[in-house]
Amino acid sequence: MDLIVEVKRHAFGELTVLEDVSLAVRAGEIVALIGPSGCGKSTLLGIAGGILRASAGRVVMQGAPPAECLNPLTYIFQDFALLPWRSVAANVAFPLEHHPLGEPERKRRVADALRRTGLVDFAAALPKQLSGGMRQRVGIARALVVRPAVLLMDEPLSALDAQTRELLMEDFLDLLLRERMAALYVTHNFAEALRLADRIVVLSRRPGRIREVVEIARPQRERTGKAAQAELAELGERLWSLIRDEALSAEREMTDV
Amino acid sequence: MSEVGGRSEGAAIGGASREVAFRGGGFLPEPRKLHSWLVFAVLLALWQAVTGLGLVNALFLPSPLGIARALWGLALSGELWHQLSASLLRIGAGWAIGSALGLLVGLSMGLSSLSRAIGMPLVSALYPIPKIALLPLLILWLGIGEAPKVATIAAGVFFPTVIATFSGVDSVPRSLIRMGQSFDLPVRAIVWKVILPSALPQILAGFRISIATALLLVVSAEMIGAQFGIGAFLLTAGNLMQTDQLMAGVVVLSLLGLTLGALVGIVEKTFLRWR
Repeated sequence: MDLIVEVKRHAFGELTVLEDVSLAVRAGEIVALIGPSGCGKSTLLGIAGGILRASAGRVVMQGAPPAECLNPLTYIFQDFALLPWRSVAANVAFPLEHHPLGEPERKRRVADALRRTGLVDFAAALPKQLSGGMRQRVGIARALVVRPAVLLMDEPLSALDAQTRELLMEDFLDLLLRERMAALYVTHNFAEALRLADRIVVLSRRPGRIREVVEIARPQRERTGKAAQAELAELGERLWSLIRDEALSAEREMTDV
Repeated sequence: MSEVGGRSEGAAIGGASREVAFRGGGFLPEPRKLHSWLVFAVLLALWQAVTGLGLVNALFLPSPLGIARALWGLALSGELWHQLSASLLRIGAGWAIGSALGLLVGLSMGLSSLSRAIGMPLVSALYPIPKIALLPLLILWLGIGEAPKVATIAAGVFFPTVIATFSGVDSVPRSLIRMGQSFDLPVRAIVWKVILPSALPQILAGFRISIATALLLVVSAEMIGAQFGIGAFLLTAGNLMQTDQLMAGVVVLSLLGLTLGALVGIVEKTFLRWR
């Protein structure tokens, strides 16, 4: 299944935040969305998953979602959005409860998601007992349980410390590649974008427009070697030079949004 | 500071050295259970000494032992239960009605902009009225008997419950609601599984306030017009200058308030373990 997002214009009141942005996430493809802060990356992600309505534009799912899929477009949130009164297992089971599945099927899906995220031993724990990295694993497990076609991720690692981020990112990538899940990944972190993405979409400062689309031909599995690192670093330099000036002026801007 | 010439960082590099004085600490409350109980013991002992030695007229201030004796007598004769049960029935009925309505109205104000627009000015205008002032009016409407007393208590309980529920619902993290929506949860499920549990801490805090209000109102209402009940009992004891009975009634009220508060505490411990 492909996800096609076409935003002609999106505004909060008088303020236009997005203009003429269209992008597509093909099946199994990882697209990173970067840009200076306030460029409307998160807004675009909200529109892509139907959480926000674009002032003008449309979002289309093309093709059939994978078998067993209950929620083709599934978010992973920056602040994890876990229900603090539910155990890990109950949080993961949460998106299944209003679907007419049998109890065994529900249990099977939850157990499977917990296993794939390494949370089996934590099934009974409450979110407050977990570290940030483990909490985001619960967020990931909750997303996996509905067998999504496209994961929509809003800076999923930015609330974590650098070491945890590094570790979780690799697990993340492993999972995405193994399940051949597509992802639209919003980040302000070049390293994440360069490590994960097949394609990097660079947005300009507000009103956000597509500034450039950078394809990374080298497969993710081959991006850890020395030569690859050098190549990616060069690409990172280029990306930074693209948004450096805009990031600078965006940072100095006063806003009342 | 960087290391100089391989010297360890601890060694002084030259010049006068002064130790950094500790200036943090303090402002950290720690539990002192013994002291809490000791206060009661000391106060009671002082009180008993003052009254026992005849320094104060027992008519104005009965001794703790005298009060305990009066309480024991009331308990044995069944009088205590007779009066207490009348009050408890009124509190129970009034609190249940007021809380149920308050929860409904507070929830709807939290969920719907329309009910908020209608409800907020009304609640703000009516909340500050001391509800006991409505008792005469309620007696005119509902006749004498239990109904006006229960209605007064319900009115008193209603408003703090509305405000607690409303602010609890209003402060549910939007991200949790969006999360529910992002999984296509029906509205009803979002209310039941996300909003209400999330608002529960504030609702229970509201219960603490509303229980105290109910206690206040039951005594006031019974003092104004009732044959039985702790309030009526206190008034009669006062009129007859039976200060030991009167103080026994006051002790019962204190214990009642503590018990009800402890009940809310148990509910909080059970349902808010996740905090």
